Amino acid sequence: MENALHPRPVLTARAAGLVGCRNCGRVHARGTPHCARCGSRLSSREDGSLQMVWAWLIAGLIAYIPANIYPMLLTKSLGHHAESTIVGGVFDLVDHGSYGIAAIVFTASIIIPVGKFFAIAYLAWIVGRPGRTRGHRHTRLYEVVEFIGRWSMIDVFVVAILSALVQLDFAATINPGIAAVSFALSVAFTMLSALSFDPRLIWDAEEAPQT
Amino acid sequence: MADNKAMDAAKPDDPIDADDMGDLIACPVCDALLRDVAVPVGARARCTRCHTIIAAPRERALTRIVMLASTAFVLMWAAVFFPFLELSAKGLHRESSLLDAVLAFSDGLLIPLTFAVAALIIVLPLVRLSAITYALAPMALGWHPWRHAIPAFRLAEGLRPWAMAEIFVVGVAIALVKVAGLAKLSLGPAFWALVLLVLVTALNDNFMCRMTIWKTLYTRARS
Repeated sequence: MENALHPRPVLTARAAGLVGCRNCGRVHARGTPHCARCGSRLSSREDGSLQMVWAWLIAGLIAYIPANIYPMLLTKSLGHHAESTIVGGVFDLVDHGSYGIAAIVFTASIIIPVGKFFAIAYLAWIVGRPGRTRGHRHTRLYEVVEFIGRWSMIDVFVVAILSALVQLDFAATINPGIAAVSFALSVAFTMLSALSFDPRLIWDAEEAPQT
Repeated sequence: MADNKAMDAAKPDDPIDADDMGDLIACPVCDALLRDVAVPVGARARCTRCHTIIAAPRERALTRIVMLASTAFVLMWAAVFFPFLELSAKGLHRESSLLDAVLAFSDGLLIPLTFAVAALIIVLPLVRLSAITYALAPMALGWHPWRHAIPAFRLAEGLRPWAMAEIFVVGVAIALVKVAGLAKLSLGPAFWALVLLVLVTALNDNFMCRMTIWKTLYTRARS
């Protein structure tokens, strides 16, 4: 289809001295502050995009640590107290034989967040290396990260539902633990990190001469 | 129906002056400068460089989007106020609504989480649906858009990643399995309202071609 080593040069809005709106696509003369069509703020490349990405990512990482150390669920059942962390909850599910659900929770609370930390860090790192990016592959990775990140919030919702539902006085009660807060924060921070990333940087780095 | 055609790339040697700018668009993903050709209804136009779908206009899209958004709006109220799950164990019975799930975190340090969950599953989806309806309903009826329709639609677009009703539905399914051994659970009407809501929202986003909507909104707001 196309030659990956010598891609056809494409005129970008930046190279033409223009700035394109990331929301509606309209182009403007460089330096226009707001889009004339949809009113979004314009910038040829998001200023400080990478700094924002790193800052939110580090905030997300920091919040993810207490999310794994402290209990997510406090269960009281007939006078018996139990606290379970995220990983502990997955093991409980495996013990009960619900392998499918264990797999979903494990994916949503461990694999997706950790994978997302690595993927965002990798993207933010590679766009600083001119000539190293592969536009299609890295854009796809970015799209996957952006799409899938919100699904990590599932565990927080499960804790909310369980706590609302299981309030049967002495028979059984479930209450949320403090890890629910840090986990929710971690997911929100990494979503902000992914949203701050400007995918045009991937394509800029591909065009840039290799150093 | 879904024939894919690529948009024309602007030629590097074409001189570009201010008059031409209306005929050009920049790809939001890779910044390639493209000729803004008219895309036939039912077709999809992709960026020549990164192959992102730029425009995919659908037949009577405005009417459909507004109808689906108002349907979703009504379903949302049903989901909030009807009982959501019913649980019975050892002679005890408990009904809980979506609001109870939101208020589960309402003690001490967990209060901020109550606001966050309320925002993610109730407030933001409702705001987004209202903003879509406000911005597009007058146009679907053939009128001029109301004032502030453009900021309203921009708000709806900005809220898209943060409206998480569909994720909540999957969360409910997991919670069901988790307490299955502990008690007998049954799903209330609000759960089905929420499931319908998720389907309607997905269908709605499918009809929504942002590039086309922005152009229509802009031209009709000025004419």
